[in-house]
Amino acid sequence: MKTRFAGTALSAALLFYAGYAALFIAPDERTMHQLMRIFYFHLGCWMVMFGALTLAFVANIAWLATRKPKWDWLGVSGVEVGVVACTAGLVTGVLWGRPAWGIWWTWDARLTTTFILWLLYISYLLLRGLIEDPQRRATLSAVFGIFAFLDAPLVYASNRLWRTQHPAPVILGGENSGLDPMMGKVLLVCIVAMLGVGLLALIDRYRLERLRHELDELRLTVEDRSTRSNAVLTPISTRNSL
Amino acid sequence: MTTARAAAILLTKELRLEFRTRELLNATVVFALIVVVLFSFAFNPTAGESRRYGPGLLWIAFLFAGSLMLHPSFGREQENHTLDALRMAPLSPFAILLGKMLANLLFLSLAEIIIVPVFAVLYNVSLVGVIGRLALVLFLGTIGLVVTGTVFSAVAAHARMRELLLPLLLLPILAPLLIAAVEATASLFAEQPGLDRTWLAFLGGFDIVFLTASWLLSDFLLEE
Repeated sequence: MKTRFAGTALSAALLFYAGYAALFIAPDERTMHQLMRIFYFHLGCWMVMFGALTLAFVANIAWLATRKPKWDWLGVSGVEVGVVACTAGLVTGVLWGRPAWGIWWTWDARLTTTFILWLLYISYLLLRGLIEDPQRRATLSAVFGIFAFLDAPLVYASNRLWRTQHPAPVILGGENSGLDPMMGKVLLVCIVAMLGVGLLALIDRYRLERLRHELDELRLTVEDRSTRSNAVLTPISTRNSL
Repeated sequence: MTTARAAAILLTKELRLEFRTRELLNATVVFALIVVVLFSFAFNPTAGESRRYGPGLLWIAFLFAGSLMLHPSFGREQENHTLDALRMAPLSPFAILLGKMLANLLFLSLAEIIIVPVFAVLYNVSLVGVIGRLALVLFLGTIGLVVTGTVFSAVAAHARMRELLLPLLLLPILAPLLIAAVEATASLFAEQPGLDRTWLAFLGGFDIVFLTASWLLSDFLLEE
């Protein structure tokens, strides 16, 4: 409990500082000016999404290999955090796109890929909601999760071949690319803060899934006991109390 | 029993089942035709416009028809619990999957053989000279559609609202296939028809990736 509180407080502080740094410390950008400041969080969202979905993919494989329930919990937690980060990334991107490109949305390779990815993982969550048996739900959603993850590079490649408009990577994008050192520092703070929030959400979601699992087991035990006692032994008075 | 032999036996079983009634095939063809006709209201089908929108239209029709047609593949086994019988038979799970994929490939290809000429007539698209190459594109595209569709049919069979769920799972996964198939078809419908090898290779790659994935995951897909 104590570490949890400390983690939350630390992430909150870091996030506040990151917000301050992105808005006031980072220098002005030459062509985009203030507009560029949303990028500090935009990139953070993708880092969280990429991390969470990769973790979910690993968890899916691990579930199929080991059948330990914790992998299933991690799988669904990863996908949920990934979907939330993806939504945030898409929204910040759309907000940026309107003033920068003059349009809210364009069917560019990265945008389309992300949108399809978002739809795929929404389907994953829908699928989980529609299968009753926990064991089967875990296995079938893991299979679907693996297919979805394999699909992502194909979606990207197909759109890349087809049409693209997204700005080319500024960082590690070849010669003459790179950020102002101050911008780099702010970006790092923002990314670390976002990853912290993502990790926190993931841990909490995982804990929730574990509690849900425990609750289900307890409920089954109680039901089992009450049906057995109803049928044979218990007098009416105790039966009502159950 | 080898996988190929087991799959062949299952294929005959699927074919016998289907050709007793032909209900799946009839419904698929009629559905795809309805989509093709409805699209004529979405744009003005002159020759030039058809060249632009035709390939997309054709593949959307196949994708929708496929996502409806593939559901009974495992859904039908679910009704009378015949899937349990299949599981008990001394077959590898991949053989079961492969037999069903082959059957679905055959059904969807038959539907396409009927739809494509009708489409060409209605939308004023000339198929002379490109028919062989078009068949290749259709074949590779249909494999990808059927492989993923059959796997997801097995996934959806255990869920509630499975008829609705299958298109939800299948259509986003097929986005890259749709792009590649439409672009390859468009290059054949162009004024100077030519086969776009990049997209053809992409279709082949898609098929290989997902066929391998279904082979690796088939054990989990069909377990009790």
